[in-house]
Amino acid sequence: MTGNNILKLGIAYIMYFIIQVLILKDLVLFGDAFCFLYVYAILLLPLEIKPIPLMLLGFFMGLAVDMFYDTPGMHVASTVLLAFLRNPWIKVNTPRGGYDENVPPTLLNMGLAWSTGYTFPLILIHHVCFFYLDFLGTSFSPSIVIRMLSSVLFTFVLAAIVQLLFYNKKKGI
Amino acid sequence: MQRIFLFLYSIRAFILFVVLELIAAWMILNYNSRQGAVFLNSSGQLTGSILHTKRNFLEYFYMGSINEALSEKNAMLLKRLENLSPSGDTTYFELDSVFAHTYDFWSAKVINNSLHLHQNYLTINKGRKQGIRQGMGVFNEQGVIGRVTGVSNNFATVISLLHTDLLISSKIKRGGVIASTRWDGVDSKKAKLLYVPRHVEIEVGDTVVSSGFNATFPEGINIGVIHEVNEGEETNYLDITLEFTTDFSKLSYVYLVENSMRIELDSLNSETNILPNDGQ
Repeated sequence: MTGNNILKLGIAYIMYFIIQVLILKDLVLFGDAFCFLYVYAILLLPLEIKPIPLMLLGFFMGLAVDMFYDTPGMHVASTVLLAFLRNPWIKVNTPRGGYDENVPPTLLNMGLAWSTGYTFPLILIHHVCFFYLDFLGTSFSPSIVIRMLSSVLFTFVLAAIVQLLFYNKKKGI
Repeated sequence: MQRIFLFLYSIRAFILFVVLELIAAWMILNYNSRQGAVFLNSSGQLTGSILHTKRNFLEYFYMGSINEALSEKNAMLLKRLENLSPSGDTTYFELDSVFAHTYDFWSAKVINNSLHLHQNYLTINKGRKQGIRQGMGVFNEQGVIGRVTGVSNNFATVISLLHTDLLISSKIKRGGVIASTRWDGVDSKKAKLLYVPRHVEIEVGDTVVSSGFNATFPEGINIGVIHEVNEGEETNYLDITLEFTTDFSKLSYVYLVENSMRIELDSLNSETNILPNDGQ
């Protein structure tokens, strides 16, 4: 990984955070569909990244987002969980012939089928964890399920659009 | 011994995962105990100033409705002033000045707001240096908004009425029945009115206002309008849904109120073992 590459990834990490807390925080479709695009800052890191730096990156992203959402610990818990599960899940999903080196797991590089299989379950786990923590202590209502699923879908679709618009093939951002 | 260390080293990622999750759990529990500590939330210095800048940009889009709301409030105050000011041909006695000055008011601007989670908070652009203290009531010209829960030097966090733990002592204006308002986390426009006994006659459309019993809010600030009345399923209480008069999605300028006799009232209550009937 070159210095230039690290710089780009760092900028992307900060941009995801800024866009999340300043724009997407106010964007909740129909009062139910949230967009937690910032999880893609963790999901789209290079395949070679080690689990410990990955979890620390997830932790600090969650912490920063929590400060703006006034939900202390909730984003941290879900994002660390996502970061912990990411590398094993990538290993499970290894295509025949293995991965190319130095290729970030974006939609353009890996194709729609692999990308969906990789991101969808992880986002689902993240969102279920977050909304479950939010919902603790209140009486159950079925709207929580609608909220989880619509948020997963919204995050996924917006992330696909972002990747098609702002990412190049092979090089990443 | 060495093998233990080697084993621990081999599962270091998992250990870090557990540690980070424990930190998160500690943060969740610590914050929900509502001790009012400003710890890593949106009223921090850096967070607050970023949100303030953002709000300043966005404010231009709301200017029209903000102006309208302020002029409405002005008109209302002028009307009230007209009623209160002594006219020339009557004698005017000033009653005991203790009653005249029970509540102090401040104004502030909302710089951060959420309404779709189960625990919603607001951030306002005034803090300790401007005289804001924990426990003050927050409202605007439409109605009750919440209560100050954490204060930093220049910003404060407000626990919104859209928070499933906050109870506001309320009263049905017609008839004066005392109850508590609490949000059930479903719809950001509606809440539940609790502890109204079955024998009370209530009509849809009755106004619910703050009761003035718990020293946070003065009496008579709007909370909502009764939307639906059902027989409660298992309890002796009615199941009442009210519609907020406040539009939480369009908050801009708010007022803060503090009862200057709050401390006295609270200490009297705790001395005589009366707990205020909302969750403070």
